Amino acid sequence: MNYRTRARVRKVVDKVALALSVAVLLAPCLFVFFWMISLSLKYDIDNTAWPPVFWPEEVTFENFAKVFDESPMFLYFWNSVQVTGSATLAALILGVPAGYGIAKARAHKMAAVLLLSRMTPGLSYLIPLFTLFQVLGMIGSVWPIALTHMVITLPIVVWIMIGFFETQPHELEEAARIDGASLWQAFYHVALPLARPGIVVGAILAFISSWNNFIFGAVFAGRTTRTMPVAVYNMLTFESFAWGPLAAAAIVVMLPVIILTIVIQKEIVQGLSAGGVK
Amino acid sequence: MAGAEATIAAGTRAAGERRLRPYLLFIWPALIVSSALIIFPWLFTIWMSLNDWHIGSKQVFVGLDNYANLLTNRRFLESIGHTIYFTILAVVLPMVLGTLAALVFHKKFRGRGFFRTLFIMPMMATPVAVALVWTMMFHPQLGVLNYLLTLVGLPPSQWVYSTTTVIPSLVLVEIWLWTPFVMIIVLGGLASLPNEPYEAALIDGANQWQMFWNITYPLVLPFLVVALIMRTIDALKVFETIWAICNGGPGTASEVLNVYLYAQAFAYNQVGTASAVVIVFFAIIVALSLVLLWARQKAKWS
Repeated sequence: MNYRTRARVRKVVDKVALALSVAVLLAPCLFVFFWMISLSLKYDIDNTAWPPVFWPEEVTFENFAKVFDESPMFLYFWNSVQVTGSATLAALILGVPAGYGIAKARAHKMAAVLLLSRMTPGLSYLIPLFTLFQVLGMIGSVWPIALTHMVITLPIVVWIMIGFFETQPHELEEAARIDGASLWQAFYHVALPLARPGIVVGAILAFISSWNNFIFGAVFAGRTTRTMPVAVYNMLTFESFAWGPLAAAAIVVMLPVIILTIVIQKEIVQGLSAGGVK
Repeated sequence: MAGAEATIAAGTRAAGERRLRPYLLFIWPALIVSSALIIFPWLFTIWMSLNDWHIGSKQVFVGLDNYANLLTNRRFLESIGHTIYFTILAVVLPMVLGTLAALVFHKKFRGRGFFRTLFIMPMMATPVAVALVWTMMFHPQLGVLNYLLTLVGLPPSQWVYSTTTVIPSLVLVEIWLWTPFVMIIVLGGLASLPNEPYEAALIDGANQWQMFWNITYPLVLPFLVVALIMRTIDALKVFETIWAICNGGPGTASEVLNVYLYAQAFAYNQVGTASAVVIVFFAIIVALSLVLLWARQKAKWS
């Protein structure tokens, strides 16, 4: 073998090895999603068959219909939208200016407070707040849940915005300041419009984490104020062998966040890795 | 010398304050809200940890009795053991796999963005819903995982239904969920690497392994430490997947600290005991984080 063929063989081997490693990494990741979809589309008789049925002869959407018939899914969906939506919105209103201030003033000690909030176990907020809300008679509406979800959304928004504003050039704002704009005007009219992409990433990541949160809703929610993850968890305890509807419910809960993930997939990788550096 | 340094330090501190003052108004609202959400619960928890209070009965001040009782509480001590066992596995394995995945996804190939999105899907999926799917997959008689084991000629496992295999099985779910997180952080590190050292190394005739070990590894180390810190904190705090899959069972075999805490607080209504557990728990997390932060400083210097 001369040098050139050896180099070519080497290139092919490299390519095959790369393809193999991508396949090995993705297989378990995709299999769980595949199995979830498979369970949700099969009749119970196929779901409880041994050996398991991978490709059913007949596909059904009955399981999805069951999920919506047997539980007020739309109500739970609306609860989740209210809780996650308001917690995300409030986090943006408070967190974007805070991220800007911390980035401009280089107040890294304040950023450390954020790490502290990540270190605190979520449950430790719940016992006192549960007692407080009970005393105030607030249990039974979605608003206490939304309030506690700010513990999740606010640090994410501030964290992402600090990273974003730190990399943003400040010449434009300085020009605005020289032209007589106040700090707030420079922020509102110059820095904020430029930060749109960062705000979108922060908002969506905060939305996803809040949507996925189970424990706050589990403690605070009553029958009519359940969020989606709590509703799905309760389906498990009631129908431990109805695998089809259970898998269908799992898909219904995840669908919004999966769609959002696809929408901002590029920015997720950038946003999260930028936030992780500090 | 020391005096001069102190003056400089004071000078930069004053400069820092001057820089900060105009921006305080931007920060205050967020700070007030987060303090209200954090400080009130903390004061309450510290006070309650000194009281014996079972919801529905009278509250009695007992000093440090709750802590003393924890020291001899077998279930509590065992839950610390479970937490350590779980955390070690749920940190080391995603770290190794996530780093390997980052090295693979750092290479340029067609469809990289698409495959990378597929790969990060698990960490975005709702953990409780994922846990339900895994529960069905773990079923010892009808679960698909045992079928896959028999396909490759391995004996079936009891998975989360046996006290010896429950924690490794739960770690499997944790690996599936959080390997992408490690991957993203490390990928960010790899993307920030300069090209020059590699070009110089190539000219000097270094091989792939030498380049990885002498250039990539030390430059990416700070990112690995960040991923390690985050992963450790999250693994210590694990709750949702364990609660949804097996409730800390069978028996109490997978009862980690957070699950124990939840049971004390919301199943037995032992607010005093639960508050003491929170304090101990937080102390453990802070201590471990400080150790890891110190390791990060060391990694920076070398």
